[in-house]
Amino acid sequence: MQVEVRVKLKDQVLDPQGEAIRRVLSNLGYGEVGKVRVGKLMLLEVAGDDREQVRERVEEAAKELLANPVIEDFEVRLP
Amino acid sequence: MTDGGRHSRVAVVIFPGSNCDRDALGAIEAVGGEAVPVWHQSRDLQRCGAVILPGGFSYGDYLRAGAMAAHSPVMKAVRRHAEQGGAVLGICNGFQMLLEVGLLPGAMLMNRTLRFICREVYLRVERTDLSLLRTLTVGQVLRLPIAHKEGNWFADPAVVRQVETGGAVAFRYCDAGGQVRPDANPNGALEGIAGLVNREGNVLGMMPHPERRISRLLGGEDGKALVRALVEAA
Repeated sequence: MQVEVRVKLKDQVLDPQGEAIRRVLSNLGYGEVGKVRVGKLMLLEVAGDDREQVRERVEEAAKELLANPVIEDFEVRLP
Repeated sequence: MTDGGRHSRVAVVIFPGSNCDRDALGAIEAVGGEAVPVWHQSRDLQRCGAVILPGGFSYGDYLRAGAMAAHSPVMKAVRRHAEQGGAVLGICNGFQMLLEVGLLPGAMLMNRTLRFICREVYLRVERTDLSLLRTLTVGQVLRLPIAHKEGNWFADPAVVRQVETGGAVAFRYCDAGGQVRPDANPNGALEGIAGLVNREGNVLGMMPHPERRISRLLGGEDGKALVRALVEAA
């Protein structure tokens, strides 16, 4: 099954990239955009039918490699 | 131990994408050490008493700078070496790896300016009571180059406090006169932190490149004393 891992900077971490995007959006006339945060979306093709087991394994992988807990949060989404 | 001879073996780990490994090998030789290149697939450090994790773009900086290298086979040996009190110097990408494996605290964010910054900076030496820093003097100002896009050191406030009270700061960005000021901080690193050392004093990570300042002909010798301290700790 295809599992989504969404990694984003923690709320208290400054995101200069998001801020740069917000500024350009504002210049383009999208003044209503107040804040932009940039994250990563990873799509993992994972073998297995046991949803809970798949979730557990992917969460383990996210903790070990896909996200850095010092600066990032992650969320695992199953189909 | 060193006796002024060439018995101090220092490993330089080479990852796919390392690009400061040759400078590091040359710097070790320049101060009388024996430089040993070690491939990242190696499971040991070939009887070396100290190790440099050099700068570069290991694994193309994929995922996060240093994240993939942190899981290379050789890093188990580096961790073991560090835990047994062996000297480790991580420079630039090597510093990022030390953060990723948790041998030093915090993480690197993209530079505040979002740009890759390649220029000379000034560093104030904060500690000299550890073997890896004992060739320097407190308050001394070093002029060394930086070349990175992810050097904006970050940690949550509790960790920043620990780092400050625990004396983990080895270097801070400063101006030519040694004043630590926001406008002398090139990348936005919290508290102007350019280098950290662990509690035991045997693991040092820094964003600036001492191995590029070993010869007057090539821009200066401000990095020489640091490399010498590492070789003598081997």
